[in-house]
Amino acid sequence: MRRNDSRAARRQGSPFTGLGPVFMKELSDHLSSVRMMVLTLFVLAFGAFPVASSLQTLRTVVDPNSFLFLRIFTLEPEQVGISFIAALNFIIPLMAIGLGFDSVNSEFNRRTLSRVLSQPIYRDALLLGKFLAGLTTFAVALVALWLIVVGAGLLLLGVPPRGVEVARGLGFLVVSVAYGGVWLAIAMLFSVLFRSTATSALCALGLWLFFFLLWPQLASAVVSGVAPSEIRSLEEYAAVQDIAMGLMRFSPGTLFSEAVLGLLSPETRTLGPMLPAQMRGAIMGAPLPFDQSLLMIWPQITGLVAGMVVVFAAAYVIFQREEVRA
Amino acid sequence: MADTVIEARGLTKVYGSHRAVDAIDFSIRRGEIFGLLGPNGAGKTTTILMMLGLTETSGGSVDVLGFDPVRQPLEVKRRVGYLPDAVGFYDHLTARENLRYTARLLAIPRREAETRIAEAMESVKLADVLDKRVATFSRGMRQRLGIAEIVMKRAEVAILDEPTSGLDPHSTFELLEMIRGLKRAGVAVLLSSHLLDRVQSVCDRVALFNKGRIALMGTVVELANQVLGAGHPILVEATGADVAGILREVEGVQTVVPEGEGAWRVVADRDVRAAVAHRIVTAGGALTRLADLQPSLEEVYTRYFEEARRAA
Ligand SMILES: Nc1ncnc2c1ncn2[C@@H]1O[C@H](COP(=O)(O)OP(=O)(O)O)[C@@H](O)[C@H]1O
Ligand SMILES: [Mg+2]
Repeated sequence: MRRNDSRAARRQGSPFTGLGPVFMKELSDHLSSVRMMVLTLFVLAFGAFPVASSLQTLRTVVDPNSFLFLRIFTLEPEQVGISFIAALNFIIPLMAIGLGFDSVNSEFNRRTLSRVLSQPIYRDALLLGKFLAGLTTFAVALVALWLIVVGAGLLLLGVPPRGVEVARGLGFLVVSVAYGGVWLAIAMLFSVLFRSTATSALCALGLWLFFFLLWPQLASAVVSGVAPSEIRSLEEYAAVQDIAMGLMRFSPGTLFSEAVLGLLSPETRTLGPMLPAQMRGAIMGAPLPFDQSLLMIWPQITGLVAGMVVVFAAAYVIFQREEVRA
Repeated sequence: MADTVIEARGLTKVYGSHRAVDAIDFSIRRGEIFGLLGPNGAGKTTTILMMLGLTETSGGSVDVLGFDPVRQPLEVKRRVGYLPDAVGFYDHLTARENLRYTARLLAIPRREAETRIAEAMESVKLADVLDKRVATFSRGMRQRLGIAEIVMKRAEVAILDEPTSGLDPHSTFELLEMIRGLKRAGVAVLLSSHLLDRVQSVCDRVALFNKGRIALMGTVVELANQVLGAGHPILVEATGADVAGILREVEGVQTVVPEGEGAWRVVADRDVRAAVAHRIVTAGGALTRLADLQPSLEEVYTRYFEEARRAA
């Protein structure tokens, strides 16, 4: 449906009329759905291993100054080979896709869209209500998971987290929700683009795999293409690394892991030009104060939020132009 | 013109180079059932979506209860009930929960919504399945639930797109009865259908649609007179006399066409039933049937477009 701008500007009534009911219905649908239970189990299964082994390792550490609690999240236990945050980096998109891939096209397929839109609401309220309900559901699941991890830490480590650890942990939650929001917006964009829910799920999952498997390779291929054949100075090396980092940061996963690294490993003093994997342990020093860490990862957080907004806006524009008839 | 609820003037919708709706004019009055009839692809659904502000108009204007659906869609949608073609509900929710969601979107207070829902479900004879999941509902029940939604909304205008398509004869009959019920409650009804004969009985006025244009508009009898020629068609079944001969003698009779063994279709310029009965009986014939024939819209439609084609 084409809505020419001058007319859209003159339409009357708030675009948010009906937002509340849509949000409440979608939220209750999500929370009572079987899909939600499956996703939760999935996350628990993936999160439990790294956390349990981290806790095993950490029980032997007795150092009151060493941000013990944060290390539950970041430690890479030898038996598992993956830290809790690395697992989340991978799982969060999957959860968000699971919540959003059929949000609009299922209304087409159930033939409920034209009936709902014939009630006094704009499409704006429908799309935003669905997005906010998905994001809230996701946040609820994440907070529950976070509380479980912290609770297990309390029980097994026997020491309470320090205030600054709680603050950094909460910051981590916020960053995770923003990261989930990006993928939820992506999933909803596909649900607006494709009438078939299978196609939209496939596309969203394809993009997810692309960013995880192909993008790092592609980025390094591009970099080796543009880099001089022989790197002679440290400046040249840094410049090449900058390009690599810039490319990698198109992937929401990179932004997430950088932001989380800054938050949960207080000793991190810079996020470039080296890859985050090389960062850990490379620069060990005095931990940064919380506000300094926050300042350092601010671009990453802004990037995630901006990505979420841009993708949602794209879905919004396309949805406004769509024909409502099935 | 206080009793006009919908007024379209030069309403047009263009898809690319295809004129799906081509400058149509019509108006619908309070308390009438108006039929938008025509074959698939004629532009009925497109017209309806424009009236609800669900698709943009390419030209012309439409006024619904004094509001412009392009600029004031919320005002229009608050007052107009819409039953889409092959309506869908949330299968995992019960009928009550589905209607509750609509009630919330309409900002009906909770208490009042509950009573309105119960009343509405009663009026479409679904009160006993109020708390059943919609997944278990038949096509006919879903259509009735859609009517219940309109009743609950207390809409001033009901727009029903192909309300009877896919229903068996009994369900069709029931649904048409409910549509009459809407009219009795003072609701102006606009319904679309590609099955002309099925709905002609409920419509006070019809517009025959073809290729985005309204070819004919008026009451069924008016259209029949216009296209099939003025006259009262009747069916006569009789034996024991030269019935055809007698019928031709009756004053006012224009045509007599045999319709099978011992049956004739007679068209006259007035109601000739009394005269026909008298003549046959006095001639010693046995009159077994004498029926007033409703003009068939199907026939009107076919004849009109045959003639239009011949003229072209
Ligand atoms: N989104 C669209 N894009 C292009 N053409 C369309 C679109 N929707 C409908 N049409 C065309 O508009 C015409 C009218 O369709 P419609 O209003 O659905 O007819 P009806 O409801 O009378 O069967 C048809 O020829 C159809 O092909
Ligand atoms: Mg149609």
